[in-house]
Amino acid sequence: MTTLEFRNVVKRYKVRGAGRSNELLAVNDVSFTLESGKTIALVGQSGSGKSTIAKLLLQLERPSSGQILLDGRPIRHRGKGLRDYRHQVQMVFQDPFASLNPYHTIAHHLARPLRLHGRARTRDQLEAGVARLLERVRLTPTGEYANKHPHELSGGQRQRVAIARALAPEPTMLIADEPVSMLDVSIRLGVLNLLAGLQREENLGVLYITHDLATARHFSDEILVMYKGQIVERGPADDVILHPQHEYTKLLAAAAPNPELRLQQLAGA
Amino acid sequence: MDTSIAVTNKAGDKPTRVRRESSLSRLLPSRSAKLIVGLIIAGVIILWGIVGPLLVGDPHAISTDAFAPPGPNHWLGTTQTGQDVWTQVAYGTRGSLIIGFVVGILATVLSAFFGVLGAYIGGAVDEGFALFTNVALVIPGLPLVIVIGNYVPQNQRGLFLIAVVLAITSWAGSARVLRSVTLSLRNRDYVSASRVSGEKTWRVLVVEILPNLIPVMASQFVFAIIFAILGEAGLSFLGLGASNTFTLGTILFQAYNDLALTQGAWWWFVPPGLVIALFGCALSLINFSIDEIINPKLRNQTRAARKAWGLTAEQIKRLEKEDVK
Repeated sequence: MTTLEFRNVVKRYKVRGAGRSNELLAVNDVSFTLESGKTIALVGQSGSGKSTIAKLLLQLERPSSGQILLDGRPIRHRGKGLRDYRHQVQMVFQDPFASLNPYHTIAHHLARPLRLHGRARTRDQLEAGVARLLERVRLTPTGEYANKHPHELSGGQRQRVAIARALAPEPTMLIADEPVSMLDVSIRLGVLNLLAGLQREENLGVLYITHDLATARHFSDEILVMYKGQIVERGPADDVILHPQHEYTKLLAAAAPNPELRLQQLAGA
Repeated sequence: MDTSIAVTNKAGDKPTRVRRESSLSRLLPSRSAKLIVGLIIAGVIILWGIVGPLLVGDPHAISTDAFAPPGPNHWLGTTQTGQDVWTQVAYGTRGSLIIGFVVGILATVLSAFFGVLGAYIGGAVDEGFALFTNVALVIPGLPLVIVIGNYVPQNQRGLFLIAVVLAITSWAGSARVLRSVTLSLRNRDYVSASRVSGEKTWRVLVVEILPNLIPVMASQFVFAIIFAILGEAGLSFLGLGASNTFTLGTILFQAYNDLALTQGAWWWFVPPGLVIALFGCALSLINFSIDEIINPKLRNQTRAARKAWGLTAEQIKRLEKEDVK
């Protein structure tokens, strides 16, 4: 079993204003452990530090202090160690319209990680690998999609490509940063179900970053609630949603629409 | 030719037509009347600049036939010393084109180096490159060119020196534009995504970022050529041009010095002026169609194109009002 641990991680950003410099504490002493086969939802409002955690996990940023450990060992920042880390930890970005290069075909987006992580070497292997990935995210006929450019696909199709790209190195951990927030409501469930299915098949550890409590509860085992860079509440998904302890979680839960309650209120009135 | 343009335009307007296109063909401008006219004019002039000097005689050869108007012996007449203007213009076009392309390439390479590389590496390198670019930008171009041109003795002032001087004074503006575009591109999600995939730093720059800069760089390349040809003509007209070589500018300089205007010898100065104007016009037309790739909003927004979509006069008027906003 693979574990990815965040231990007392702090991330400060220097904000340069006119003349004076300020510090922004984006992530303040956050610890959690992601295990393969489990889904953790990271919930919080915009600016609470969710995406910074994703960037730290992907090594797009370095923590100011604290440690990130993979299987108990501190992660490496360069060379072969970094590459090995990226074998294991992959990411699905929030905006499928920004995360695919408009210049390249879908096949390029999938073939590069396959090649970089040694999953395919020859031309035939690459082609087969791309087709297999597209099939797993239900983009068939695969030959047709492989040669298209991102602008020829819909948002949902693009996000499926992004998921396929993340799966290409055959990772054990997947960071999904608001994977459906930019998508049309009608196709969100399809993409989320796809992610959940792949998670079960591959026994992936998934960090599902979102501000949608309903899907967080439905798709994850554990929920972490972030507020101003800190984790203010954590626990099994149902507990956090049904019995929120922290003020902010209560606010969040109350803000989510509850059709049943609304019906009762209407009937009562 | 007119009908074929109209047909391609109509076909190009149908959004569903294009299904599969290679990465490269997406970078090519859509076939519009502007592009075709520009390419034809520029193509004819470039072809003439290459082939012309091989077909004509010695541009320095003098004859007793001074200030002869255009006729069967001298298609574009002769100069004060009886030199053939047609021959001179052929050599002059070649000289101007060489300057144009050398400057275009040098300026593009310089601006890509200081603009793209600095912005991509970031940090102190970016600060340094940006500072250097800004300094180069505020150096007044023409006076510097004049000073350098004056400083170098006339017999060493070749075509290449002029080209280098023009390139040094013209790259900075493009570099600033490229820097800002690169700064925006390097923070795109797809760049982060390719880093997460494990791409090497140089590969991210060359394969993921650079292709998206090609339209901007192509447009700047074309503009640098126009700038160089006009700049060289200006320098030569001031008597600071390349010595012992024919360019369109040196022909104008000689025509002016040898009183072609007062003698009414229009055939001496009109042809080189016309070639400069036509070439500049053609390159501008090409540039407009490259601009349409960078900013698709410019595409098919003319009244004629809208009529071709089958819009009514009222709809077209409404769209034009929106354009003004």
